[in-house]
Amino acid sequence: MSYPVLQVSELSKRYRLGEYSADTQLREVIMRAITKFAKREQEEEQIVWALREVSFEVQQGEVLGIIGRNGAGKSTLLKLLSRITYPTSGTLKVSGRVASLLEVGTGFHEELTGRENIYLNGSILGMRKQEIKQHLDEIVEFSGINQFIDTPIKRYSSGMRLRLGFAVAAHLSPDILLVDEVLAVGDADFQKKCLNAMDDLRTSGRTVLFISHNMAAIESLCSRCIWIEAGRIRADGEARDIVSEYMKTFAQASTGSVNLEAIESRSGNGEGIFTHIEFLNESGETTNVIRSGDRLTIRLHYRAYKLLRDLVIGINILTEYGTLLAANNNWATGDSIPLVEPGEGFADLEIDCLYLLPGRYYLSLWLGKWNNLHDVLKNCIHFDVETSDCYGSGRGIDSSFGVIFFPSRWKSCAPQDHALLTKIDLGA
Amino acid sequence: MDIISTKGTEIPQLAEIKSSYGITQTVGDLWHYRELLYFLVWKDIKVKYKQTALGITWVILQPLAGMVLFTLLFGRVAKLPSDGLPYPIFYYASLLAWTYFSTALISASNSILSNTSLITKVYFPRILLPAAAVTSSILDLAIASIILFGLLIFYQVPLTSKLVFLPLILVLLVIFTLGIGQFFAALNVNYRDIKHALPFIIQLWLFASPVVYPMSMVPEQYKWMVSLNPIAGIIEATRALISGYSIPWDILGIACAVTVITFILGIWYFQRTARRFADVI
Repeated sequence: MSYPVLQVSELSKRYRLGEYSADTQLREVIMRAITKFAKREQEEEQIVWALREVSFEVQQGEVLGIIGRNGAGKSTLLKLLSRITYPTSGTLKVSGRVASLLEVGTGFHEELTGRENIYLNGSILGMRKQEIKQHLDEIVEFSGINQFIDTPIKRYSSGMRLRLGFAVAAHLSPDILLVDEVLAVGDADFQKKCLNAMDDLRTSGRTVLFISHNMAAIESLCSRCIWIEAGRIRADGEARDIVSEYMKTFAQASTGSVNLEAIESRSGNGEGIFTHIEFLNESGETTNVIRSGDRLTIRLHYRAYKLLRDLVIGINILTEYGTLLAANNNWATGDSIPLVEPGEGFADLEIDCLYLLPGRYYLSLWLGKWNNLHDVLKNCIHFDVETSDCYGSGRGIDSSFGVIFFPSRWKSCAPQDHALLTKIDLGA
Repeated sequence: MDIISTKGTEIPQLAEIKSSYGITQTVGDLWHYRELLYFLVWKDIKVKYKQTALGITWVILQPLAGMVLFTLLFGRVAKLPSDGLPYPIFYYASLLAWTYFSTALISASNSILSNTSLITKVYFPRILLPAAAVTSSILDLAIASIILFGLLIFYQVPLTSKLVFLPLILVLLVIFTLGIGQFFAALNVNYRDIKHALPFIIQLWLFASPVVYPMSMVPEQYKWMVSLNPIAGIIEATRALISGYSIPWDILGIACAVTVITFILGIWYFQRTARRFADVI
């Protein structure tokens, strides 16, 4: 029997920019009030609707995927559902215990040991002391860091922290679990573990709401999917249909030269922006055809509005389903760009041999440093790789051979009858 | 656990999430999260005593050093009266309360800002953060109090039965500190220059409170003004309980009234602002 456990109707969330911010000073507010009073002027305020009149219902036992671009309002929705922030208007009804997992290891303290942090984190996520005690051995076992469990976590690697945090989260037993992009971090092994745990939740009949940019994960885990765009629900339905519809909307133009300035869904401080991208062939001409094994140059044109030091430019290549294939940047390759004066410039990523098999690939671009990003364009453009004779064997290798290839050859050492061979040779 | 039974034909009721609840629901919510308060206090204490090599020594050293300084400066040099108590006891008693108040107030004021990652990632009654800050500081006070008893014995001040009322004074102190602390905690989130102003406010507060001087030194016509500060009543009552003099009921009464008002106003402002914390922080 299915019945709703979550009901959202006409939910809206408005942010007023400039009302309060992380650096509001009391003296400024007083000064502003005085000047405002003196001039009798109405200050202009900027209003941003993070969510607008969103309505949906979730049935008990449903696993609902939430997709959308950055800034579309997905995280705001999850924050409203988990009571971290409150709606401007609309209602929100739930039944049962809700746990939100917006981050792995929330509230971990460096000085405390792994065991102590299990208690702290578990309690923050809403577990009872008794529950934690009961599951402690399982949690430690699951994390796989038994021998370091009494070591302060400041000595842990980031991977160990992640495992510990996830071990706690995996033992939560809420009626409704809200998960935000937890799977985006960690190595492949860890991601697999996360997905398995999510799958367990699904089979145990719990209701899960799950935000991800990993379309493969959404498709495999979720029965239903909601696509949010600009604070509104754009589509709601069968996960597979919504995902493929969603993927289609990414920048339509594929190869040659593409203007990036018009793309709206970008983040970063804007001190420098990408203006356009060009794909160049071996002879340095703009190309419309990219083939497996090609020598390819990706030219990224940018405009700097300020003096930028130690600029890092990165390109991430993703599959159609959002799986990251390669993340390349000039810091990793050691090709530094020490100084960029304000103005226009470009950087080339020279790829000696494109080891991608035929198919559609997406690019994400970023400009700046990890802690100071100027421009980030996620999945901003896609390109198609065409079939080619990449092994030089005269055989067209297509997408049925997978996603990547590597220059390779086979050498055989099969059992052979030398006498027979000699005979054949002689006979020939 | 409040998992609603899903067996049988019973369909669980949907409950609306609101931004503010009535008193009964708020109290129920706090009760539900009581273990988190315990863990937050436990974390504060663990971390504090793990981090500083001096640990407990520091907790005792702070009022002790102040007591020595005040005894020399205000007692021996300025020769301020001490209501018949030996100077070290007179100052140590007031410094115990004052040290608790000032350190707990500062840590409560920073409790929201220093836990940004919790505020933006998970729900719990936000008031637990300043509450944990003022609660975990009680341990410091308790440890430092041992020295007070040492001093009483050393100076042969008779231990009267009145001393059993000290914990009641402590309750008053903690409630007042929480009331002021949550007010500043919320203010600190909204206005980032509060953290620069607070040490200055605390310094002025020190001299407005009878920490270095006795209440009896305050001119009669200003007494009511000084009494409006509950710290005055708290310190005076502590000294009276130790010395066995009669308890200054008038000052203590005002202190209780002001504490209750402060606590209500503090909680009101805090709860009103708490809804916005995740948006502003």
